[in-house]
Formats: sequence, structure tokens, C-alpha cells
Amino acid sequence: MADTGILESLLRLVDKVDGGIDSQVVASSLGVDHQVVVGAVKSVQALGEVIEAEQRSSKHWELTGEGQEIAEQGSHEARVFKAIPEEGLSQSQLMVESIEDVVRKKLQQVQMGHSSQLEEKEKNELKKRKLLTEVTVKSYWITKGSNFSTIITKQETELTPEMIASGSWKEKKFKPYNFDAMGVAPDSGHLHPLMKVRTQFRQIFLEMGFTEMPTNNFIESSFWNFDSLFQPQQHPARDQHDTFFLSDPAVAHDFPQDYLERVKKVHSEGGYGSQGYKYDWKIEEAQKNILRTHTTAVSARMLYKLAQQEEFTPVKYFSIDRVFRNETLDATHLAEFHQIEGVVADYGLTLGDLMGVLHQFFTKLGITKLRFKPAYNPYTEPSMEVFSYHKGLNKWVEVGNSGVFRPEMLLPMGLPEGVSVIAWGLSLERPTMIKYGINNIRELVGHKVNLQMVYDSPVCRLDS
Amino acid sequence: MPTVSVKRDLLFQALGRTFTDEEFDELCFEFGLELDEITSEKDIISREQGDQKASEASDVVLYKIDVPANRYDLLCLEGLVRGLQVFKDKMEAPRYSRVNPLNGDPQRLIITGETASVRPHAVAAVLRNITFTPERYDSFIELQEKLHQNICRRRTLVAIGTHDLDTISGPFTYTAKAPDDIRFKPLNQNQEYSATQLMGFYKTDSHLRHYLHIIEDEPLYPVIYDSNGIVLSMPPIINGDHSKISVNTKNVFIECTATDLTKAKIVLDMIVTMFSEHCDQPFTVEEAEVVYPDGRMVTYPVCIYLCMLLRLCICTVLISSESIAQLLTRMCLKSEVTSDGAEIQVEIPPTRSDVIHACDIMEDAAMAYGFNNITRTTPRTYTVANQFPLNKLTELLRLDLATAGFTEALTFALCSQEDIADKLQKNLKDTKAVHISNPKTAEFQVARTTLLPGLLKTLAANRKMPLPLKLFEISDVVLRDESTDVGARNSRRLCAVYYNKTPGFEVIHGLLDRVMQLLEVKPGRNHGYYIQAAEDSTYFPGRCAEIFSHGKSIGRLGVLHPDVINSFELTMPCSALDIDIEPFL
Repeated sequence: MADTGILESLLRLVDKVDGGIDSQVVASSLGVDHQVVVGAVKSVQALGEVIEAEQRSSKHWELTGEGQEIAEQGSHEARVFKAIPEEGLSQSQLMVESIEDVVRKKLQQVQMGHSSQLEEKEKNELKKRKLLTEVTVKSYWITKGSNFSTIITKQETELTPEMIASGSWKEKKFKPYNFDAMGVAPDSGHLHPLMKVRTQFRQIFLEMGFTEMPTNNFIESSFWNFDSLFQPQQHPARDQHDTFFLSDPAVAHDFPQDYLERVKKVHSEGGYGSQGYKYDWKIEEAQKNILRTHTTAVSARMLYKLAQQEEFTPVKYFSIDRVFRNETLDATHLAEFHQIEGVVADYGLTLGDLMGVLHQFFTKLGITKLRFKPAYNPYTEPSMEVFSYHKGLNKWVEVGNSGVFRPEMLLPMGLPEGVSVIAWGLSLERPTMIKYGINNIRELVGHKVNLQMVYDSPVCRLDS
Repeated sequence: MPTVSVKRDLLFQALGRTFTDEEFDELCFEFGLELDEITSEKDIISREQGDQKASEASDVVLYKIDVPANRYDLLCLEGLVRGLQVFKDKMEAPRYSRVNPLNGDPQRLIITGETASVRPHAVAAVLRNITFTPERYDSFIELQEKLHQNICRRRTLVAIGTHDLDTISGPFTYTAKAPDDIRFKPLNQNQEYSATQLMGFYKTDSHLRHYLHIIEDEPLYPVIYDSNGIVLSMPPIINGDHSKISVNTKNVFIECTATDLTKAKIVLDMIVTMFSEHCDQPFTVEEAEVVYPDGRMVTYPVCIYLCMLLRLCICTVLISSESIAQLLTRMCLKSEVTSDGAEIQVEIPPTRSDVIHACDIMEDAAMAYGFNNITRTTPRTYTVANQFPLNKLTELLRLDLATAGFTEALTFALCSQEDIADKLQKNLKDTKAVHISNPKTAEFQVARTTLLPGLLKTLAANRKMPLPLKLFEISDVVLRDESTDVGARNSRRLCAVYYNKTPGFEVIHGLLDRVMQLLEVKPGRNHGYYIQAAEDSTYFPGRCAEIFSHGKSIGRLGVLHPDVINSFELTMPCSALDIDIEPFL
């Protein structure tokens, strides 16, 4: 803010004149630079309706550098004339005896602020000679405002404890707030959007009475990841192209031996009402350690454990955790992603039950329109892809996979014959990308994440 | 999932009606197929090679249809049409039969003992008096290719050879010979090559080079001769030119050599059931005899109908057994309710190798009924939910760390060896890391043994953000551990970093104090927590401390070593906290 002295001098000048005064006039009468007056005008304006200031522009003439030199020392011609020595040049070369330096006089007139005494033509000629230049000056026409006063009351920016204590706030004027500006961002930490969605999915499963499985084992044997699920050893998913194998530790040990024998038998010879795959099942394939390709490996361990109970009890299990695929990477595929999985085991569960549970689950995600497509999966039969109608895309899109675990998987574990197990799965990344409008998965997962996106991400309510 | 490409008009002609794209898509959906793409040869070429090359190509509309991976009977136009027609009650499923040749003398394929080490199995059959058209011929070749890519596992398990029977004469011999002893003119070539030369020749062939590895290092290569010494094929690489089939071929000799006999039988059944449709006697296939080295003789193709009994108690749809029998018949599974009404007798045709259990039959019944016509029910299963304690603790801590002003990062569990060793100034051998044998890039060499590199890389990717940067992650690392069945275990870690113009050790130390407060561990030597100066090459000398809780070391904190900061392409001082949270369960 300009100092109060200038402000008050300005106000006194405004007070004296009728109908207003130009800021340039103020500047010259106060003997200060015009910019100082402009600053003072703005400061006073900020105090409320003390003055009104209307911007206007005026033109005037000023000397250029060369023009100034001429005004001081005379025109070039005159200076030549003066420079002629006493003894002189030959008379014949000197056309005049004396000169009148008109250019200098005209420039001096302009310099003294009397440019109006010159004719336009004269001024333009001097302008062409680059001795004069026309300058536009922005100034204010200042008049009294509705709240005019020659005394400056300083406006307070903020309420202080002292004002509250003394009651002085009652007399103070407060500077208005600019409500168009943004506030200051709170100094806080932020949760990652994918993890916020994970929390919501956990919540949904817990609301539905599902118990969380211990999925903190990224390294799995092919046995639990594939063989126990009745996935044959020549299945393409077990290829080097699809699965990460380990070189160290390369193989797993300590399989439940009699269960392993039953698994081997159902693959190679059949049994439990099945023809089996009829191939030479090899323990060496089953022993190979891998990075688990699905959390269903944990479901298999859990169901096997359940089958070892004295008496079967119905269970509902869920998990959300990382799985790994040695696949070609693109904008929507990474080598690791989170799988969401739900499993229900009970006597007499039907396909209708699976669809009913899926309907309840997806309703909690805000998806109510579902339909089911027959699909193929080595360890579920029937297998169903879950589709939901996407209003934005105007078509049915796949939102998950589901099925009833095959008897060739369940019976060798020792689960009672009448028990069926229904299950479904989906990825955590896909609904999150849709929810937060992210097209490239690398912007969401991994170290290349944009922290600003994390800072800015809204709360996650999947059903709204 | 295999994709089958069929000409739309040809498909509609065979189905006896036309569909809009939407109608056909709907039909596919019900039948478990997916109309993946509607395109044309022209479209495909113009997309892959540019408009100019496409100008000559056909613009006949193609449907690309995704077929479930176990339905080999739907991999060609013939099979798709048959499946859909029976499904829509437009025709009855055909009856496939194996017949004797008219002269009573079946073709014979003799397997010699030499094949045992390289590719021991072979099966064969004859399609007699077949009529090809250009479309049928293309479909025949395409089916073999689809089978090769799928059930045959890129020819490793089974390789198919089809031959013009009228150009060769049996009996045929399937043997194995040294590569230099095999000489023949391969398919579509003008001169003879030895097998050794051929393997070199095909090294640059965009298609065949993918199969060379199957036999390349074998001392003996498989080869099939006719009685005159003509080479039919050198499986699984290439057929001979002499016996190649054409549109005009009338009699086709089919051989499949294999390392997996079950799959060879299925593949042969698929080819003959699909294309016997075009024989003078439709749906019949002429048998061939295969003689094993031990003198055993087996007649192929198997081509049999299996019977399965379906007990109704496992039915998932509450409808009558008669209706179920009808539904199954529409899925090419001819069914009858048994006389006592308690069971359904189902006949599995040779085309349905995917049916191996009653549950497969029930799926077909449900499909024919329509998945979306099944009433959705709620199971009465009563359970009480429990959280996994480690995840419960993680969830609670995450929330409080964010409340403490730190932002959550989410980094990859896989990384390079360099990330966990060199860049942290550690020796890889000391990391207890598990190693991946087949990473496609260095980013997937190991599972991380610490969360720190991921957080430092997150900082590096966000150097433009205003300072200070305060990040945390609570997630699993993987460590070798002999005591588990797989020899490794996860460990749940909490890691946090503070990145600013000053190291901020006090900030990260304050975070440790806060975490301990949250975990109800008080400062103190015996029953609380304390930190103690430690040497650690990742940290700046004299600026690292080990953290002990209840007398046990749980992790470290300190100011990172400038060389570590540099190796992660960072420029500011950085302090870090890295602890195991499993002791606090």
C-alpha cells in the first residue's frame, strides 16, 4: 500500500476540485511520479467507496533522445555553424551570415509542455525526423465516491485476538475477501486410489459375511496353483510365456502325500465320475515354484484345509491380493495386478445361488443389470462370464468370471460329495480405472504414478 | 480363447437364414461364443499393411468368433453351423460312424521302434470320396492350423498330416532316422532337401521356424514313408510335396503323430467328424490300422459314443428330467430318461471330447435352458465374517499414516536385481531374494525384498512435485525361507520416506514414534522400543539406527547414503523408515 501521506494529499486535492481531477495533474501538483499516484488511487479504491476513478488515456508529445540533445545544444545545422572557426572557411561556401535555430526552439516549446502551440504539420515533421514522439498516457479521472473522506482509515485484513479482547473490531473496517480465489490445500497425507477401492471391496465382502483368506504368499507351487485345481499340465497357462517360474527356490516340497496321489490319479486316470485328462502326470511339473497366477491357489489351500476338518462346516471366503502373469504388457495389462475373489462352500449350492450371490455383490457396486454368458475354465463347470450393461458405452461389458468348482477338484481334497463350491473373480484395477477415469494402468499402479492424481482423488463410493 | 474367422454370407447360407449383426451376437452369447469382430480381408490388410496393399483384397464380410478353448468341435465353419443348427432345433445331430473300406482292406500305418525316443504315437484314418470346394478346402486347412495352435500345443503334443491317398500307396511306415538320411521334396518346394538342410532352410520361415525346436536337437527325426519310399511327412515340421492335397483330391489319408496319445485320438476324431460331412457317404470315416513295434494292432479313428448316466440329484435346474433330456439333445448330447425315471442316459459323441464328467453335461443343459432363464436364488449359508488379522492391522495403520501426513504409494512386487542390491549398495547374495527364471525384461528378475526401491522410484517420477515429499507403503516383500513348503514367504513391511532440502531424520523418527504409539509400544529398553546406532551401507554413515521392539530388531531408519540417492536419480537428502509389522499382530 502506498504511504498514507500520498493518499491523504491525493484526497485533499480531490476534495478541493469540483467534478474531479486527472491523476496526471495530481502527479505534477504533488511533484511525484505519475505511477505513484496510480498506486495511491488503487490503494484508496481498495478502502471502499471513498473515490471513484475512471480510466482514461491522453496523448502528448515528448522529445526523443536526439530531440533532447537538440533542445539543449542546438540543431545539427546550428552546431555546424557554431563550429566554424573565426578565421572561417571561404566566404563563398558560407551562404548565411547568421542563423535562427528554429528546430531547437520548437523542441524547447514541446519540452516545456507547450506542444499545442505547434501546428500538427510541424509536429509530424519533427516526428519523421525522430526528434519527437507521441506518447499515450493512461491516467485516472478521479472523483469523490459515495463514502468520500479525506481521512484514511486503514482496513484490517483479519480479526485478531487483541481486537476480540478489546472490542476494537467494532470500529474497524475489514478488507473484503476475494471469494473467487481457491483456499489453501490442507497439509495432509493421502490414500492411494486403488487401495481406497480395495478397502471398499473388503467392506462389501465383510458386509456379506465373507471371511478373508490369508493370501500373503506370492510364491506358490504349480501343484496348488494348477494341479489341485484340475488344470492339466499341458495347459497353455502353465507355459513359460504366461507364468513366472522361479529359479531359486525352484521347487516346492512337503505336499500332503495322499492328496497328491489322488490329484495325480484324477488327472491321469480319472475317477470321481470323471474320465480324467488321461496323460502322464508328472510330479516334477507340480513341484515347480511360480509366482501365483491367481489367488484361487489360496482358495484351493483353504478348501483342502476345510476338507480336513472333522465335520464339514459351510464357509464364505474372500481375498483381494496380487497375482502375476508373464504376459505382454500394454495400456491395460501389467505383469502384476490385484485379483478379487469370492468363494462359497455349502451343501447343495446351485447355479441359481451363484447368480443370486453375484447379483447381491454387484448391486453393492452399483451394478444391477447383469447377464451371464457360458464360458470355459478348466476348474469350474459350469463357468459363466458376468456381463453388465454399461450406459456410457451403450453395450454389455464383461465385469467378472464365475463358476462352480469341478468335482475333480473338490472330491480329491476330501470334501463331502454333496458339497458344492461356487466362486467368482474380477480384477481390482479395472473397476478402479473406470471409477477414476484412468486410461493407462501405469498412471494408477507402480512408481510412475502421478502423485497429484493421488492427492486429488475423491473418496470411493462404489455404489454412487 | 481361439478365434475362428468365417465368411458371414457362407455362414448364413449354411444356417439357412440371415441375421442382423445384433441377432447373431445374441445367438453367440447364448451359445457361449463371442462375436469378437466384424471385418473383411480388405480391412485386415489395410490395417496391417496400409490401404494400397488392400485395394485388391476381398471385401467379403468376415465374422471373427471367439470359441471356448475346450470346444475343438467349433473351430471350423462346418462344426459351428452343426452346433448352432442342432442348438436351434433346426437339425438333428448327425450320427458319426467308422466304416470298413469297400475292398475290406484298411490302410495300415506301421510304427517302428525308433520313434519311441522322439515322438512315439501315431493314429490314422481315411476320408473316402470327399468333395472339396475352394471354401471347404480352405476350411480344412484352417481347421488343422487351429488344432495345431490349440489342443496340439503348437505341434508339440500332436502334429497333423493330410495326404492325397491316390498319390501314395500303403502300407505306410512311421519311423525315425538320422536327419542326413532323410531326403525329400517338401511341400510347395521344387527340389529335394535333406532334413538337415531343411532345418536350416526353415530357420527364416516366419511360420515353420516356431516348430523346429521340437525335434532340432534329437538324433533321429520322425518321418513317414509309403511302400515306395515316398516321404509323406516329416512331423511335426512339414509334409512332402508329392502327396499334397488340392481342391480336386477325392481321398484323404490323415495321420497324426504325437507325444500325447489321448490328444492325438481327439484331434483325429475332430478332423474326421468335421469333414466327413463332405463325403459321398456323409459322416462316415474309413478306418485305418496302426501297428505298434510290439506287433499290437489298433484301429483308428476311435470315433465312439460314450455313455454317461446323469443322476438327477445334481441337477441345478428344477425342471423335469424329460425337459433336461430334450435340452441335452439340443447340445448334440443325445439323451433319454431311464425306465425308472431316476437317471438320464446321455450319449457323448466323438466331437465332444470336452465332456468328461456329469458336471459338463449339466452345464450344457443349463446353456440350452439359458443361463439367464435360471431363477436367481440366495443361498441360506450362514457365516460370520472375519478379517485376516494382518490385513486388518494393515488397513488401520494405512489410515493413520495418511493422517500423519504421509501419502500412500503402490509399487510393484517385482523388480530388477539392481533395485534391491546394487542401487541400495547391498550384495545380492545377502538379500534372501527369490529369483525368476523366465523374466521378459530386467524389471521382473526378482521379487522385492524391501519396499524402499519402489518408494524411491516413486519419488524420482515425481520430482516436479512441491517439497517435501512424504510417502509410505504397507505391503509384502518376499524372502527365501526354508521352513515353508515353497521355500519362501511374504513379509509385511511398513516403509516411509521423507524427501526434502534437509534430511529430516527427526521427521522420520517422529513417524516411528507415532507408529509405535499407534501400536501401543512405549519407548524403553525392555518391554518397549528403542533405536540404536547401526552400520548399513544403504544409509549415510552415522545416520542410521536399528529399531528394536521388545528386544527384537524390527527394522531400520536413517538418512540415505548420497550414492543411493544418486542411483535412484534423486537430488535431495532423503530419510527412510523400514520396519516389519508382523511382530505386532
